[in-house]
Amino acid sequence: MTASIGRGLVLLSLLCASAGAVAAFAAFLKKRADLTTIAVRAAYGFALSMILANVWMVAGLLRNDFSISYVAQVGSISLPTWVKVVSLWSSLEGSILFWGGVLAIYVAVATWSLTEAHGWAKPAAIGSWLLCATFFAFLIAGPAQPFATVVDVPTDGPGPNPLLQNHILMAIHPPFLYLGYVGMTIPFGLALAALITGRLSPTLLGTIRTSMLAPWTFLTVAVVLGGWWAYEVLGWGGYWAWDPVENASLLPWLTGTAAVHSAILTERRGVLKGWTLSLVIASFLLTILGTFMTRSGIFNSVHAFSQSDIGPTILAFLGIATLASVLLLGFRVDLLKPDHELDRGASRDTAFLAQNLLFVLFTFTVLIGTVFPLIVEAVRNVQMSVGRPYFDRMTIPIGALLLFVMGVGPALPWGSSSREELKRRLLPPIGLGFAFLLAALAYGIRSPWTLITLFFAGYTTWVTLFEALRPARTRMKFRTDGFLKAFAQDLFGPGRRRMAAYVTHAGVVAAFIAIAVSSTSATSLEGSLKQGESMTLGRYSLTFEGIEHMEEPNRTSLIARIGVKKDGKDLGPLRPMMNQYATNREAIGTPAVRTGLIEDLYLSAMNIDEETGTVGLLVLINPLVSWLWIATVIMAIGGLLALFSSARVGQTVEASRDLQAEPVR
Amino acid sequence: MSSNDGKKRVALALGACAFAGTLLYFVVGGIGNNLVYYWGPTEVLAAGPKAQGASIRLGGLVEAGSIRKGEGSNMSFSVTDGKKSLPVRCTSVPPQMFREGIGVVVEGTVAGDGVFESHRLMVSHGNEYRAPDDPAAIDLKKLMNSTDGLAVSDKK
Repeated sequence: MTASIGRGLVLLSLLCASAGAVAAFAAFLKKRADLTTIAVRAAYGFALSMILANVWMVAGLLRNDFSISYVAQVGSISLPTWVKVVSLWSSLEGSILFWGGVLAIYVAVATWSLTEAHGWAKPAAIGSWLLCATFFAFLIAGPAQPFATVVDVPTDGPGPNPLLQNHILMAIHPPFLYLGYVGMTIPFGLALAALITGRLSPTLLGTIRTSMLAPWTFLTVAVVLGGWWAYEVLGWGGYWAWDPVENASLLPWLTGTAAVHSAILTERRGVLKGWTLSLVIASFLLTILGTFMTRSGIFNSVHAFSQSDIGPTILAFLGIATLASVLLLGFRVDLLKPDHELDRGASRDTAFLAQNLLFVLFTFTVLIGTVFPLIVEAVRNVQMSVGRPYFDRMTIPIGALLLFVMGVGPALPWGSSSREELKRRLLPPIGLGFAFLLAALAYGIRSPWTLITLFFAGYTTWVTLFEALRPARTRMKFRTDGFLKAFAQDLFGPGRRRMAAYVTHAGVVAAFIAIAVSSTSATSLEGSLKQGESMTLGRYSLTFEGIEHMEEPNRTSLIARIGVKKDGKDLGPLRPMMNQYATNREAIGTPAVRTGLIEDLYLSAMNIDEETGTVGLLVLINPLVSWLWIATVIMAIGGLLALFSSARVGQTVEASRDLQAEPVR
Repeated sequence: MSSNDGKKRVALALGACAFAGTLLYFVVGGIGNNLVYYWGPTEVLAAGPKAQGASIRLGGLVEAGSIRKGEGSNMSFSVTDGKKSLPVRCTSVPPQMFREGIGVVVEGTVAGDGVFESHRLMVSHGNEYRAPDDPAAIDLKKLMNSTDGLAVSDKK
C-alpha cells in the first residue's frame, strides 16, 4: 500500500513533466502565452509530486517500512537516525529518486525566476528542463523503481554499504554533489533556449551566468568533500587518486569554470556567444556522462554504485542530448552574431581566452585518460587502467599555467594599453613570487613543479589582493573614507561581484599551494608494532600503547591506541580503528588524523591482531592538507558572493562600477 | 565573405589542427607509457620478459601454505588463479583480512628473478565479492574491481 502511494507520486511527476514539455514547446512554436502558463503550472506540478515522493521515501526509511523495496534493500532497524535519512542516496534506486527531488527544487526555483524580460526563451527553457525531468521521472518510474511492493515483508534489512556508514561526511558529500550535478540542467536548458530562439539577450545571458554559479559553487565543495571523505575514510593517506568517479565529478567543474569566465567576456564584449553556450552545454553533458560512469557498473570504484541495468538508458539519454545539442549548435549558432571583434595582444580579453583554452585542454586530458580503459576493454576485452603518472604529468603543467594566467589576467587592463602601463602592472607582483619561492626552498621543497607553482602562487596572490582592494583604495584617496567603510562598500555595495571574483581566486591560490606541497612533500612509513614498541617518522615518535574496544548498535570496533610525541613532547594518543559491521564480512578501518595548519599526522591501522597484540601501521606526515579544506570554504564564499551579486545588480550598476574602478580606455 | 575572411578561416583551421595534433600526440604518448595492466598469474607468465618493469595489478587467491613473514613488514606468498601461481615479495603491511585463500590484488612489477615485487597489497572489498573456495572459479574482473579506488600507489 505505502509503496503504491510512492509509485503514484512518481507517475504523477512523469505526467506533469511530459505534458508540461509539450505545452512549453507548443507555446513557443505557436507564440501562445496561455500555453506558457500551463507549462509553468506543469513545472510546479512536477516539482511538488517529485519532492513529495522523496519525502515519502524518507518517511518509509524512518518507519522501517520494509514493504517498500528500496527500504528492504538498504534499511535496517538498528541504524542511527542520520544513517536512515542518508540511506535515501546510499544505493542506486534511491539516488536516482534523490536526483529527481533535487531537479524538482531547481526547476521550481528556475521557473519562478524567469520573467517577461526573457521573452520566448521562457517557454523554450521550461520545455528543455521538463524534457530532462521527463527522462528522470521515467527512469524512476521504470528501470530504477525504488517503490516496488515487497510481497514477503522482511522483519529487518541489511543496512547500507558499511563504507558509506563509516563517516558523517557521507551525509554531506552526496547532497552537495547532486546540487552541483543536477543544477547544471538549468543553464543547459537556458542555453538550448538561446539556440532555439536564436537570440542571447543580456537578460538571458545574466540568468545563464547566475544559474551556472549556483551549481558551480556546490560542485566545488562537492569535489573537495569527495577528496576529504577519501582522506578520512579510505586510509591510504591521500585525498585524490584520479579514480574514474572522482574524475567524473571534476570534469563538469572544469567546463563550468570555463563557462563562468567566458560568460563574463560575452557579457562585456558581446563576443564568443556560441562558445559560452557550448561550454554550458558541455558541462551538463559531462554530468550525464558522470552519472553513466558511476551508475552503469562499468567502473566499480569505491565511490560508485553497484552493477545495474539502467546504464543503457542513461547512455541513450546522453546520446540524444548530445545529438540535439550538436544539431542546435550547428544550425542556430550563426544567429548569435558577435557585437565586437575580439581584442588581440596583451589584454585581459586574451587572458580570458587563454584561461578558457587551458580549461578545455584540462578537460580533454582527464576525459581521455578516464574513458580510454573503457574503450580498450570494449574493443579488445583487455582490462587495464591509466596510471596516476599520466594524470599527474599532463595536468600539473596545465594547472601551473592556469595559475599563471590567473595572476597575469587580472593584472592586465581590458583592451590595448601602452608598454609602460603593462610594465607598471605586471612587474611588481614578481617580488611576492620570489618571496614564496624562497620560503618554499627554506622549507626544504625541491620538486621543480612545486617550486614553479609556488612562484606563480606568490605572483597571483599579489595581483589578487591588489586588484581586490583597488576600488577601496581609490575611494579612500578621493573621498577620504576610512578603509573599513571603503572595503564594506565593495562587499555590500555594487562592487560585490568584483570582490567575489577575487575572493574565489584567493581560494584557488590557497588550494593550488596545498595541492602542490601536499602531493610532493609527504613522508610515510609502514611497519608492525607489538604493544609497547615505538617507531619514528620525522619529528614524531609513535608508541603502540594497547588495544581498546568500542561497541555501537551497528558495529564493533577494535582500536589501536597510539601515543604520539613530537620532539619528545606528549601530544596525547591517536586512535586508528578497525570496524566490524554486523552486516558485513570484512572489517573496515578508520584512520586517525591529527590535523594541523602546517601538517597532518595521519595514522592508518592496516591490521589489529588481538592474539599477538600487534598493529600494522601506515604513518604519513602530510603537509598543508588542511589548507585545501580552508581554500574550499574561501572559494565557496566567493561563489556565493558572486551568486548574490549578479542576481541583484543590473547592467547599469555594473557599468558605473567599472567607470569608478578602472577608467575605460 | 571577403577573401580576407576566407584566409582567416583557413589560418584558424590550420592552427586548430596543429593544436589538436600536438595535444593528441602528448595524450596518446602519456597514456601509452602509464598503462596499468590488470592481470592474473597466467597472463603475467604468458607475457614473459615483457612483464618486467611494466605496471601490473596482479589479482588472484593467496595460495594455501605459501605465506612467509620476513623482517619488518616484508613478507612473501604466492598468488594463484587455479591454473598457474606466481611468487610475490611484498613490502606493504598486510590488511586485516589477509590470510590463506583470500582474494588479493597486489600492485607492482616482475623483478629480474621472476618474482613479483609489490609495494601495495589489497584484499577484496565490498559486500558483493566473495572469494570462492575453488581458485579456478575466481572472477578476476570482479576481484580487480572490488579493490578499485582503494588502490593508489603514490610511492614509486
